[in-house]
Amino acid sequence: MKHINRKLTALACATAFATLSGAANAQISGNTVKVGVLTDMSGTYSDLAGSGAVLATQMAIDDFIAEAKPAFKVEMVSADHQNKADIASTKAREWFEREGVDTATELVTTSTALAVMKIAKEMNRVALMSGPASTPITNEQCNDVSVHYTYDTYALANGTAKAVTQQGGKTWFFLTADYAFGQALEKDSTAVVTANGGKVLGSVRHPFPASDFSSFLLQAQASGAQIIGLANAGADTTNAIKQAAEFGITPKQALAGLLMFISDVHAIGLKSTQGMYLTTGFYWDLNDATRAWSKRFFDKQKRMPTMVQAGQYSSVLHYLRAVKAAGTDDAAKVMAQMKKTPINDFFAKNGRIREDGRMVHDMYLAQVKKPAESKYPWDYYHIRQVIPADEAFQPLSQSRCALVKK
Amino acid sequence: MEIFGVPSALLGSQLLVGLINGSFYAVLSLGLAIIFGLLNIINFAHGAQYMMGAFVAWIALTKFGINYWAALLLSPVVIGALGVVLERTMLRRLYKLDHLYGLLLTFGLALIFEGFFRDQYGISGQPYEVPELLQGGVSLGFMFLPIYRGWVVVAALVVCFGTWFMIEKTKLGAYLRAGTENPQIVQALGINVPLLITFTYGYGVALAAFAGVLAAPIYQVNPLMGSNLIIVVFAVVVIGGMGSIMGSILTGLGLGLIEGLTRVFYPEGSAVVVFFIMVIVLLVRPAGLFGRA
Repeated sequence: MKHINRKLTALACATAFATLSGAANAQISGNTVKVGVLTDMSGTYSDLAGSGAVLATQMAIDDFIAEAKPAFKVEMVSADHQNKADIASTKAREWFEREGVDTATELVTTSTALAVMKIAKEMNRVALMSGPASTPITNEQCNDVSVHYTYDTYALANGTAKAVTQQGGKTWFFLTADYAFGQALEKDSTAVVTANGGKVLGSVRHPFPASDFSSFLLQAQASGAQIIGLANAGADTTNAIKQAAEFGITPKQALAGLLMFISDVHAIGLKSTQGMYLTTGFYWDLNDATRAWSKRFFDKQKRMPTMVQAGQYSSVLHYLRAVKAAGTDDAAKVMAQMKKTPINDFFAKNGRIREDGRMVHDMYLAQVKKPAESKYPWDYYHIRQVIPADEAFQPLSQSRCALVKK
Repeated sequence: MEIFGVPSALLGSQLLVGLINGSFYAVLSLGLAIIFGLLNIINFAHGAQYMMGAFVAWIALTKFGINYWAALLLSPVVIGALGVVLERTMLRRLYKLDHLYGLLLTFGLALIFEGFFRDQYGISGQPYEVPELLQGGVSLGFMFLPIYRGWVVVAALVVCFGTWFMIEKTKLGAYLRAGTENPQIVQALGINVPLLITFTYGYGVALAAFAGVLAAPIYQVNPLMGSNLIIVVFAVVVIGGMGSIMGSILTGLGLGLIEGLTRVFYPEGSAVVVFFIMVIVLLVRPAGLFGRA
């Protein structure tokens, strides 16, 4: 009921406003576009998303206002979902129903993303996801108000596992975080390894989160595999890498980090991570445009942006531009506008949003530099290969999304 | 040679790794057991104090160039002193109340400490190098043992049994035990019981900080490193028998071994095996393995 009242008031205001100022913004409820950032502000993923994602959103809003000088207002709200799906859905519902939020964004951790996507669909708002990784977001659980922007487990496996297998790492053993994300990553990577002529000798599922990996690493060592694939994330990955060096497992056997962010490399240091391959959607030191934006980010945050934070900026800016072009904040119309406009900014070249909600753009295969090769702070990666947008992500022919017409 | 389908070399190395983890459990549960046994306080801030011990070592190294060996002494002193302040200003008021109040207070403090470090240093953690003297490893035939891990076992055992000796076999320990048994009489004999109790809390906290410094080169120094561990350590104390000194040491080592074996035979269960054992022990011996009913 409250929601209907809000809509009626908004409609009344909008009508009154339209008669005064012309029809341009008649369709924007309350003449304000509200962007909600729902992220992990304090837990495992707060360094790779968290306050950096909030900052990136604010930068996108400021840049949009400066470039487009819109007649409507743009506001931001943010909240900590603590990586819990129930907190995320309660907050999203409150935002959509009572606070007039037009889009819930970021949504790191797959379980929170899946929960909020459903509410966005029900309330006819937009969900922009930069942080979560799992492929069900654009497959079994896909819907027409959601965009999965930065990366996913398919792209990660496809980038890292493929490159490592093709370069001679033919036998693999997986260290897998024992929950949906880890298992999805192991499954996607196994498929890529076998498709490229490699063989998976075994895997061990470790509890999430774990701190001591020595037992699991010794099992990986006993398997004799050339490559130990880390199908986990965050502190689990950093501890596993550190302890592999301690037990003399590396460099005899090589590690492949299947989900690593620049914040992880920064935390462990180049000494333990040198030579590792990883796949990323963004690297701050790629070209002049990425450097310029990242420097602005660094000045405020004192850290270089992760791909999630850069993607967050890009997705919010793309959304706001679409609202202006469509002249409305109606979810369906904004989504149509976003899908038909290619994305060109420092983050993506000719990126586009497919009907399953997947934003496809070039991905990068990076190799971590040796300590001696790193010339200045945050100089961490060699970009070894650009993976073109059409190859980086799951092809639509394999899609399990009901929106994809075959 | 294989035992239950697992190569014996792998099994041997897992037992050793289990013993190493058990050493951490032993030092941490010992501190908890002392605090509970002598003060009747369930110290939920123990994990946060362990984390702060590691952070003090990291800050000492990166900001002041103080090396690992000095930090091994400095960090327990600093965090122990902080414990003394907490005891004098807050915990002291709760001794006459139910256990629950001490638990709530220390739990609240733990959240504040963790929140502060999370705000200051983020969540990814900070790297801490293994000290030069202990770098590298030795081949034992069945496994490659990092020297540092061997050092952890030795250091932990020395500290644990030294503490046990001090409490059970020295005059100071006798005062302590007497002071908790009947404070009025001991006070009447001219011994400053409140001071003894303050010292005891400070020592228990210092043990946590000591374990934190031991852990710093192995794990990332991370604001949440303690909260991941503290629940298991509480289970260890419960299994050993609340307040039993030797019980907590032996149970810590034993559960480390059992956890290590679980990681080979059923890795998915390794996070719950300690709690599974706790349930069985509580059903059979509600006072714990070494506790007096």
